[in-house]
Amino acid sequence: MSTAQQRLPASVPGIASALVWGSGQLLNRQAGKAAFFFVFFAALIGWEIGSGNYYAGMDYTPRSNGGFFVKGLWGLITLGTKPREMTLTGLTEGDNSIVLMANGLISLLTLALLAIVWIWGVRDAAGYRRRLNDGGPRQSSLAYFKRLWEHSFAYIVLSPGMLLIVFMSVLPVLFGILVAFTDYNRDNLPPKNLVHWVGFENFATIFAVPSWTATFLGVLGWTLVWAVVATATTYAAGFLQAVLLANRKVRFPRVWRSIFLLPWAVPGIVSALVFRSMFNGQFGPISQWLVDVGITDERVYWFTDPSHPNLARGIALLVNLWLGFPFFMALVGGVLTNIPDSYYEAARMDGAGPLQQLRHITLPVVHRTVSPLLILAFVSNFNNFGVIYFLTQGGPDNAGYRFAGSTDLLITWLFTLTLDNRLYNIGAVMSMLIFVIVGTISVWNLNRSKAIREL
Amino acid sequence: MTAPQPLIAPEPGPAPDPALRARNARRRRRTAPRSERVASAFLHLELLVVAVIVIFPLLWIVGASFSPGTGLANASPIPENATVEHYVNLFTNTSYGRWYLNSLYVATLNMVGSVVLSALCGYVFSRIRFRGRKAGLLGILILQMFPTFLTAIAVYMLFLNFGLLDSLTGLALVSIAAALPYNTWLMKGYTDNLPSSLDEAAAIDGASRWTIFVRIVLPLMRPMLTFVAITQFTMPWMDFILPRLLLQSPDKQTVALGLFAMIEDVYQNAFTTFAAGAVILAVPITILYIVLQRYLVTGASAGAEKG
Repeated sequence: MSTAQQRLPASVPGIASALVWGSGQLLNRQAGKAAFFFVFFAALIGWEIGSGNYYAGMDYTPRSNGGFFVKGLWGLITLGTKPREMTLTGLTEGDNSIVLMANGLISLLTLALLAIVWIWGVRDAAGYRRRLNDGGPRQSSLAYFKRLWEHSFAYIVLSPGMLLIVFMSVLPVLFGILVAFTDYNRDNLPPKNLVHWVGFENFATIFAVPSWTATFLGVLGWTLVWAVVATATTYAAGFLQAVLLANRKVRFPRVWRSIFLLPWAVPGIVSALVFRSMFNGQFGPISQWLVDVGITDERVYWFTDPSHPNLARGIALLVNLWLGFPFFMALVGGVLTNIPDSYYEAARMDGAGPLQQLRHITLPVVHRTVSPLLILAFVSNFNNFGVIYFLTQGGPDNAGYRFAGSTDLLITWLFTLTLDNRLYNIGAVMSMLIFVIVGTISVWNLNRSKAIREL
Repeated sequence: MTAPQPLIAPEPGPAPDPALRARNARRRRRTAPRSERVASAFLHLELLVVAVIVIFPLLWIVGASFSPGTGLANASPIPENATVEHYVNLFTNTSYGRWYLNSLYVATLNMVGSVVLSALCGYVFSRIRFRGRKAGLLGILILQMFPTFLTAIAVYMLFLNFGLLDSLTGLALVSIAAALPYNTWLMKGYTDNLPSSLDEAAAIDGASRWTIFVRIVLPLMRPMLTFVAITQFTMPWMDFILPRLLLQSPDKQTVALGLFAMIEDVYQNAFTTFAAGAVILAVPITILYIVLQRYLVTGASAGAEKG
């Protein structure tokens, strides 16, 4: 008997486990392991049958009788077939496409996790049999699980965090990607209407409908200008202040430093809202002051005058400079204290003046340390929701744009599209475009850093 | 035999005694030639101008919070008949106290959750080699490139359809998840630089992984733990997008939402009350940042190095 079983080819328990989870382990005489895999199998089948209605017989349809998995996958593919309708008996229960899509996604993710267990079971059954056939020792289920427990410390500790990420980040990201391929927007809101898959139609809209294309390119162009100028000005100003503060002639450098750090320490939303009030056209003190002093004849509407979009943009950049320079000042200041004095002494002996020392010693050393942060700052400025939204709310209005003002960045435009105008599908497309742009820059930046190579 | 003498005398330390340096500087200043004194004057003039530009808006908002009257036009940096009525008004006639407690709740939950989870994940990714480690690290790295905002909109649509909106705990969970990839990378990078000889010695003595983590690695991680704790505690006070999307009912608002609503309508004439609210929000966070600036700056630069 035992010799016959030993000659059993490795594929037999493998195939058995693939059909009925755990049966391969049973053939291998590992009852504990068999039970372990079978529990997953039973849970999968039980869940499906328990949540569906499989007594329907010939009347079975996935829509009305399917269980969690079958109905989930059906919903994900069709997004519902019967809209809510008014009948003699009142409103019928229609399909809610978005709920169907989300449920489908959750069942798909669960199936994917179960698939890992399935593959693990099949490989285990076949692999153990192969080792036995090659004359390996028998192993009890208990010993196997004991070893597994000792080796799975990493997975156990990681699981709470990873579970949170899967359901609060991965699932929404996948959902967002799916929405980009549907017609889910204000004209098509479930449960009143059904949502449909539309393929790449939304992408085509952005690139083929002239008003959308113009808005997208216009906003993208300003976003790029904003990100470059905002990063460059804050870095330059921060660098300058740090170098000046490092000068030995400065009295009370700590006091100055603490004052300059204030814009960084005050919550960004507060500062931005304060500037919004100061630059308020009608009541704000700056407009008032300009009139009082006689520089302008009438009040300046900084953020609401459509004929001066560049004025609003310039002020936004200046406010951002105020907000952003202290961080770079602190950073560069830290680097400066680490440059050994001997560098400068050597330069002085060679007859280099202060400017030459700045250019050939300070600048290169600082730049080497800070450049990865510059890329990071560029990316965060690219998505700088706070400054623009709180300061200008995208204004002044731009008649040539769709739902966007002259200072709108891609991210604030996306916010308006989704929240105020409920164009969820176009918003999702925009999200993906932003991801592609930001992702490309980040990957390029990471490739240069050593963190990835050391992984 | 005596120990061989070095052929060249050791060089003097690069930095002389700071007290000596300061004394030299002072002497130089006293006897400085005219051109240096002019340069010094210009230097201080520049610092003064920048300081005024930095301080004026802050002074203006503090002044506004004490100004009599309610409108934007009444605000003045140094009010003549200073009054605290707006602060009283804030707590008696608006829900500011409620908003503050809501923000405090979300902030505390966000801080505790982020620190615990990112410390655990960072430690495991840094110290243990297991299957899927590289894939996991790269996966969360890609996830981190989706700005929070993009997930936020999808979370909003999901919560809307499942009736989960309007929960402060839900908001905190989404915030933790959104920041976890970045924080995990920070913790991993920091732990990578801690000497592993201590762990190994403890492992030889029979300490379990868990004991090593709690007793040895965790205390050494303190600077990065502080950094994550401060940033994650202060974040919900300023965050706008997620709460705006996920919270709806009036008694579930956070400070940032409430303040924004107050200022959105200038005709509502609540500017000085807004100013009082802004000051109460800003003062604790500002003090925290100034006191702990050392941790915050080093933490931020470590983040850049490690991606």
